[in-house]
Amino acid sequence: MIWGFFSLDGTGQINQVMYRTTHENSLLSSAGKLFPASNDWIFQQDNAPYHTARAMSQGVDMSGLFSEMVKACATVDVVQKKLVYVFLCSYAALNPELSLLVINTLRKDCQDPNPMVRSLALRNMTNLRLPSLVEYVEQPLTAGLRDRAACVRRVAVLGWAKLHNLQPSSEIDAAVVNELYSLLRDPDPVVMVNCLRALEEILKDEGGVAINKPITHHLLNRLKECDIWGQCEVLRVLQRYRPQSEDELFDILSLLDASLVSPHPPVMAATLSLFLSLCSGQPAVNLAALERVRGPLLAACGSGSREMRFTALCHIQLLLRSIPGLMGAHYKRFFCGYAEPAYIKQRKMQVLVELVNDENVAMLLDELKGYCTDVNTDTAQAAISAIGRIGRSYSDRCLEILTGLLGLKQDHITSAVVQTMRDLVWVCPQCSDTVCFALEGCEETLQDSQGRQALLWLLGVYGERVSSAPYTLEVFIDGVRSEASLGVKMELLTATMRLFLCRPAETQDMLGRLLHYCIEEETDMCVRDQALLYYRLLHCGIEETRKVLQGRRSDPSLGVLIGRPAEPVSQWARSFNTLEPLRQGSIETESASRGSPEHTTFDPKPNADLSDTLDCSHIEKVHSDSDGRCLDSSADILASSVAAPLSLSLFPALSPEEFERLWLQQRALHAEQEEAEEEDFVWMEECVRCPTIPCCSPQSLQAAMQLVNIQTLAFTPPQTLPWRVYLYTHTCLDDSPHSTLILGELLYTGEEPQKAEVNKGSADGEVGVEGTEDEQARQGTEATADGGQETVKVTLRQQPRDDKALKGFMSILTTVLHTLSSEKA
Amino acid sequence: MISQVFILSSKGDHLIYKDFRGESGSDAVGVFYEKVTALTGDQPPVVMSHKDLHFVHVRQGGLYWVATTTADSSPFTIIEFLNRLAALVKDYCGSLSEKSVQMNFALIYELLDEVVDYGYIQTTSSDVLKNFIQTEAVSSRPFSLFDLSNVGLVQKQLSRRLGFFSFQGGKSEIFVDVIERMSVVIGSNGMLMKADVEGEIRVKCYLPNCSEMRIGLNEEFSIGKSQLRGYGAAVRVDEVSFHQMVRLDEFDSHRILRLCPSQGEQTVMQYQLSDDLPSAPPFRLFPTIERDSGGRLLMYLKLRCDLPPKRFSTFHNLSSPDQSAELKPQSRAVVWKIPRFTGGTQLSALFKLEVPGLSSASLLEVGPVGLSFELPKLTATGVQIRFLRLSPVQPGPSQRWVRYVTHSDSYTIRI
Repeated sequence: MIWGFFSLDGTGQINQVMYRTTHENSLLSSAGKLFPASNDWIFQQDNAPYHTARAMSQGVDMSGLFSEMVKACATVDVVQKKLVYVFLCSYAALNPELSLLVINTLRKDCQDPNPMVRSLALRNMTNLRLPSLVEYVEQPLTAGLRDRAACVRRVAVLGWAKLHNLQPSSEIDAAVVNELYSLLRDPDPVVMVNCLRALEEILKDEGGVAINKPITHHLLNRLKECDIWGQCEVLRVLQRYRPQSEDELFDILSLLDASLVSPHPPVMAATLSLFLSLCSGQPAVNLAALERVRGPLLAACGSGSREMRFTALCHIQLLLRSIPGLMGAHYKRFFCGYAEPAYIKQRKMQVLVELVNDENVAMLLDELKGYCTDVNTDTAQAAISAIGRIGRSYSDRCLEILTGLLGLKQDHITSAVVQTMRDLVWVCPQCSDTVCFALEGCEETLQDSQGRQALLWLLGVYGERVSSAPYTLEVFIDGVRSEASLGVKMELLTATMRLFLCRPAETQDMLGRLLHYCIEEETDMCVRDQALLYYRLLHCGIEETRKVLQGRRSDPSLGVLIGRPAEPVSQWARSFNTLEPLRQGSIETESASRGSPEHTTFDPKPNADLSDTLDCSHIEKVHSDSDGRCLDSSADILASSVAAPLSLSLFPALSPEEFERLWLQQRALHAEQEEAEEEDFVWMEECVRCPTIPCCSPQSLQAAMQLVNIQTLAFTPPQTLPWRVYLYTHTCLDDSPHSTLILGELLYTGEEPQKAEVNKGSADGEVGVEGTEDEQARQGTEATADGGQETVKVTLRQQPRDDKALKGFMSILTTVLHTLSSEKA
Repeated sequence: MISQVFILSSKGDHLIYKDFRGESGSDAVGVFYEKVTALTGDQPPVVMSHKDLHFVHVRQGGLYWVATTTADSSPFTIIEFLNRLAALVKDYCGSLSEKSVQMNFALIYELLDEVVDYGYIQTTSSDVLKNFIQTEAVSSRPFSLFDLSNVGLVQKQLSRRLGFFSFQGGKSEIFVDVIERMSVVIGSNGMLMKADVEGEIRVKCYLPNCSEMRIGLNEEFSIGKSQLRGYGAAVRVDEVSFHQMVRLDEFDSHRILRLCPSQGEQTVMQYQLSDDLPSAPPFRLFPTIERDSGGRLLMYLKLRCDLPPKRFSTFHNLSSPDQSAELKPQSRAVVWKIPRFTGGTQLSALFKLEVPGLSSASLLEVGPVGLSFELPKLTATGVQIRFLRLSPVQPGPSQRWVRYVTHSDSYTIRI
């Protein structure tokens, strides 16, 4: 190596690091000392390609040696040749002129009797990536396609793809494309697969290689000859094929059945992907395929490689979105191993939460409880929030565990538990008693701002039930000067205000101090503004303040629902077997860091609180992506169908009790006197034909209704008879200042409707639903023609009366129902 | 499609870098290492992205094996490929470590060149590759105190022969390994809450010419719950899958696998069994945890090995000649190492821990106990190799090895 300087350094190890540092420190500095006057000195190196290539792989810039390496490649030693080529390909772009010199050697090598040398030369010729060399490369490549040795043909085929991508604008040579198509019948399976790959790249603008029936069947028949990588490639390309008949489809599927349960996860995943795209119109076949891959997927979950386990877990999460019960019996496979890294444990817990059912809930919770004291705080917190999620369905057991955890007095556990309780109470208000009881005394162990924010929110909202609430707040207020977190200060302000509303005597003094501090001394503008707002609000009177501050205590969008809807497979089929599912989780966990629950938008639904008045004609803006196409289309239809500008609003919210009272009271009245004379409300019954609505999952119905600002209050589960939904909304016509409240019931009995009739309980029946009547009559006849038990009876109650608004509402509702049912069908 | 492959040491040194498509700059390596170091925790997520660059990585031998790719490529394929690449490197170089990769860089470049072309995986079969790979593997010094990355949790007594492709003229040997991994959870009441076994039969073939090989499994081997065979105690597994080269024409009648092994290592059969172990779990723990008068935490652990006496010896975390225990404050764990544990015997240990601010609630925080061990000559499911026949009959001295081993994947006992 650098012998001259070696003796100065003493003999040390000759390793790369030394070599490099010797270069950098000793050589340059010594040269500077020895030849202070000029830069005219020569560095002599042994130029062994082995040394040069090694130094290059360490990241040392060796481009200066390019010309020497060019000379070195004219050797008979294959090992040396390979190393020189590695070097040349890395630096060719920097020395296009010198690279020209290499071409001659390479072209000579292409004639070599040894196929290995031929393929090596051909591969590196195309790897130089110099557009100026293209003309010299074409001829050897053409010869390479017809070479006797398969290894040369493999290289040549891909070489054309490389060449094409070097000059993407150039014309595609039809002769080459034809030759590549004919090479699909090459006896070597790798050449065949490479042809597919090359054609995909070359014909990218035309949508890739043409997949017609003969090619498809040829590929399928040769699938067995390929190794797993080739199989994956072929299966991926075949996704574009559309079988011409159902028989053909099932022939293909039965050919693929063996690879669906392949022990190699890549093949299994690629086959399932192909299944899902071939049978996109046949949900039943899709579901059967998902059942079939359960075994291989579970095996991949127990694979020796952690990364493979993780990948399989992420994909299982996708499958569970469509068949929640798919893995129910195998929940033990998702128990965490003690040596598994945190990211796998967290995924497993996410899966476990999905799998919970009446039989396994005890085992599952016991297992999760064990993770709560994990050394890794992230894992512990994930376990606690997993218990919280299960608590939505099994609140008693979970609250017992959570309360028990508070006893450990560990700050990170307490913080996670309090946050989890806050989230739980937000969706299950019935848990509040236990939570309020558990909260006492836990403020001492809380350290981080997230946990304290959660505690403050709970104290604010349920302050009247926690006896020590004022004292806890007082401690916070006394320490507000040293408080660093902005979020905690804001939450403290709100909580104190709320507590003041329900326990004024105890809180008044400390509220005054807090407001004074925030307005006079606080430097942060947000906190100051918030404090000023509250201060002025208090001037407006206590009733006004109450109206503003006493917000919801629970998530209005969740009625009696538990669990997740079964999404159609098409929702996620496209992201199956891509990197997408592996990345989602990290985003999900990030969302854990947030403030009070009112400020979060759950799922993709537009939050009712935020979009209090939402004009139908502007609905497009609101819907978020993942709820997808159905909403898009419904919004379009709605926008066109609603002529009069009518807005629906969810505000003010109606509690279920109130709904029940109004509904039953008026119902009774209505039943008593057929012709209700009351001025301020109106009844209306209609039948809407929407065949599959009762099978539609409550969640999608709810989501769709929320989009147009109709709040659904209660459901019967899908597929039960009679099937009912209760809903309400407020309407407001642009030209009339006052709003009306509409309560409604959708009823599906599964029986033949007597007659499509419009039954209006109002005194003056002339206020026109004639158009609707006609339509209904027509639909009614259609329905009977179809065997017609497919109508849903809609009963509406409006208060006060406003027929125009009612008509508008009815048309919105009908459109939503139609869209949903067409979506389903 | 893979656009780059690189191998980094755990300290971020570039060991190998190869750009297959020339689409993204070489700064990708730096970007990746920045992302890795920016994250806390024991391992960064498998997939990371930076702009439109997606990194997929696996960790093997203390090294990062990274591929950059596009968003729509299959994670299964890429991860399987990286694992396979690591296995190939291990096959050629004898071991996986920073040092062996550094010393064999020329061989690894050669390997990468043959395995991937233009980002497309060409072949990973060692049969094909042996014709193309010319470089001789360089061995690192076999016993070096500095080479700590070779010291794994479980001692590799099935040590691999170094670079077996390099000396073909050597002994002809064939190994058939039955390897099982147990994951067990035992509840605090001693009840078995979960017991899973993942097993595989691996063939490592170093025979110069071997056209067919027949592996006979236990006659009474049965698959699934309904099927029962033979008169003896059934050896049952839930699910089985075979390598595609295995011919199964004699499997149903005689439980014989026929295959033509290729040079190198391949997994011939994989199977799994859940919940229904034929024998009791090998270890039981009887813990007592209390607080003594001086405010110390007392842990009295009694560990019993339920294997048949005098037949098996077992290893826990072998690294010292005698039993030892160590407190790891960072992971808040006590590590108790037992070099050798005879079946049917019992070991006890008493740990006294000074815990600041110990309260009665802290006792709930203790646990669980995780065991890691290796049981040689034993399979948890009872799968056995009845015979191993090679044809044509090997001339000269050939050696056949059939080995059984059960590892603990995760053996947890709750307290």
